Amino acid sequence: MALLEVSDLHVSFPTPDGVVQAVRGLSFAAEAGKTLGIVGESGSGKSVATQTIMGLTRGARVSGQAMFEDKDLLAMDQKALRSVRGDEVGMIFQDPLSSLHPYYRVGWQIVEMIRNNHKDISKAKAKARAVELLGLVGIPQPDRRVDDFPHQFSGGMRQRAMIAMAMSLNPKLLIADEPTTALDVTVQAQVLQVMRRLQEEFGTAIILITHDLGVVAEVADDVVVMYAGSAMEKADRYEIFGASHHPYTEGLLQSLPAYGGVRERLHPIPGQPPSLINLPGGCPFHPRCPYVMDRCRIEEPPLFEVGGNPTHTSACWLTLDLVERTALRDKVVGGQLPSPSRP
Amino acid sequence: MTESGIPSASGAASDGDVLVRVEGLKKFFPVQSTSAFRRSHEQVHAVDGVDLEVFRGETLGVVGETGCGKSTLARCIARLLDLSEGQVDFDGRDITNLSARQMRPLRREMQIIFQDPYGSLNPRRRVGSIIGDPFALHGIADGADRKKRVQEVMELVGLKPEHFNRFPAEFSGGQRQRIGVARALALKPKLIICDEPVSALDVSIQAQIINLLADLQSEFNLTYIFIAHDLSVVRHVSDRVAVMYLGKIVELAPVEDVYQAPRHPYSNALLSAVPMPDPNQKVDSHQIILSGDVPSPISPPSGCRFHPRCPKAQPKCSVDDPALVPVLGDPPGHVTACHFPVETGEVMQSRPGVIAGEGAQAT
Repeated sequence: MALLEVSDLHVSFPTPDGVVQAVRGLSFAAEAGKTLGIVGESGSGKSVATQTIMGLTRGARVSGQAMFEDKDLLAMDQKALRSVRGDEVGMIFQDPLSSLHPYYRVGWQIVEMIRNNHKDISKAKAKARAVELLGLVGIPQPDRRVDDFPHQFSGGMRQRAMIAMAMSLNPKLLIADEPTTALDVTVQAQVLQVMRRLQEEFGTAIILITHDLGVVAEVADDVVVMYAGSAMEKADRYEIFGASHHPYTEGLLQSLPAYGGVRERLHPIPGQPPSLINLPGGCPFHPRCPYVMDRCRIEEPPLFEVGGNPTHTSACWLTLDLVERTALRDKVVGGQLPSPSRP
Repeated sequence: MTESGIPSASGAASDGDVLVRVEGLKKFFPVQSTSAFRRSHEQVHAVDGVDLEVFRGETLGVVGETGCGKSTLARCIARLLDLSEGQVDFDGRDITNLSARQMRPLRREMQIIFQDPYGSLNPRRRVGSIIGDPFALHGIADGADRKKRVQEVMELVGLKPEHFNRFPAEFSGGQRQRIGVARALALKPKLIICDEPVSALDVSIQAQIINLLADLQSEFNLTYIFIAHDLSVVRHVSDRVAVMYLGKIVELAPVEDVYQAPRHPYSNALLSAVPMPDPNQKVDSHQIILSGDVPSPISPPSGCRFHPRCPKAQPKCSVDDPALVPVLGDPPGHVTACHFPVETGEVMQSRPGVIAGEGAQAT
């Protein structure tokens, strides 16, 4: 059984301009010892989904279920959620500078985290634990650096301190929301290595939210591709990168400058992501999809199994797989499918 | 650096093709003293001795980590910052000591596209007037003529000319970046400095902007200095790449040379750290994980600046600062500043930067 099982999550925010449908019917599961990657562009709802599960989205209309072991996180009150946060679920955010309090020493902030959830642990013990954690995430001289302020840490060290804090209570689940986006590649490699090691050691389940397909390919076991608030495709990473089905996934991969390939024109996805207030009818991706059919404009496709593989699902009406599609597209002059209603 | 009479960092191209020449460029920023009683003499060595040539019509990629001085270098070239030392020639003319007034006519010929499409556009002004600014400032076109020319540029970069009267807030991130491109392009400059132009954009939009920049380059024979931390983007757009570390260029070569046979250990580490969108790549086998952080540019390490983190460092590295020259029989266009460059096919290892008699050898 999965550690966290989210089903049919809907999140919307009423605004003066209309209702923003941030997440629409998202389901996913995170398992112990594994990493679930959630990829998507800005506004695809990837952060909102996980923040909602942790009770961090105020003023949102939420429905659905998020079963963490045997408790539904969405049905809990804030007080009960507080004890889940930190103790059972740790979180890391994108910007380590604004997630650490600038006026308090790094060690103090970790100690507070520990003592907040476990009042019986003495200050000295908690501090010893903080030193141990900082050492674990690879901060040099942790016994000295524990008394530093956040500004005395570099970006990578701050992010490692955040990881130390998130891991301080040995959570079963770690939610990492763009943990390396603000970091340089060399530092990113260090931070990802730390996360991998911690996972191996403690069997933590990790939900990694990112827009970087390279990071996903490197660390995620399973991948959910999100667009306009719902999952477009779910599969393990080999399927996503080797045999993706959904045209959006295909578009994302083709937009990447081929690393090591010839310098040719990139193939961006034309157009813009839709407004979440005013979603297009049918499949949300249809206005940008090269394979759009009449049905796509009217009916939103559910997640179908791809190639008889129960772990690979794609929300698309197309029955052709990527290879067949490419073959067909190559046959057609101009590289475009003859679709009846596209100009 | 010019022992063999070869101009540093230049390929076979002749002198007439050089649009920008930078010699011994240094830029220091004073550090504010924290004590009221002690005058601070400390300086941040943001750029510390860069020689560089940019050829007409090429794209020179500049890569490096945060704080390596790549943006400062670009700003010095555009004379948005005054140089501490050194010389910048633009189009055969020394612009190092030109006053702001003297620089003004030259501003038509060099433009910058900034990273943040939100921060670089005034939210209270209409798009048409933002893009029209260059025309107004240089007194080139007025009234209906200006509007017509602005709309031409808008069309060129893929914006709808009828959106002339909209505010930046009404555009998405990718479209805003197009506005930035349009503004830079308005006066048909010779040089465009792209400072992380696609870093804030989603991949699908990023590809649109990269294609746009490529189209405009071939149409107007533009020269780009392309600064980015995304190494796959730089590889895609650049003809030549300069790798910077702590204010210096450590390697400069045609793009495929840098990516396929990087000589400097830092280039190797940097390139190996890029996550590939291919799960079949074994992570640990190819990655060189550097220990520690980039040292402070206030007091950079002696000798080669990379030596405290370098897996191949030897005692000599902490004393002698290596010159930027061709190594291991590389062609003159491929220069590296390293005493112990990485041979083709050599496998570097992640090792803490201990100075050992024998550095990391091929395994």
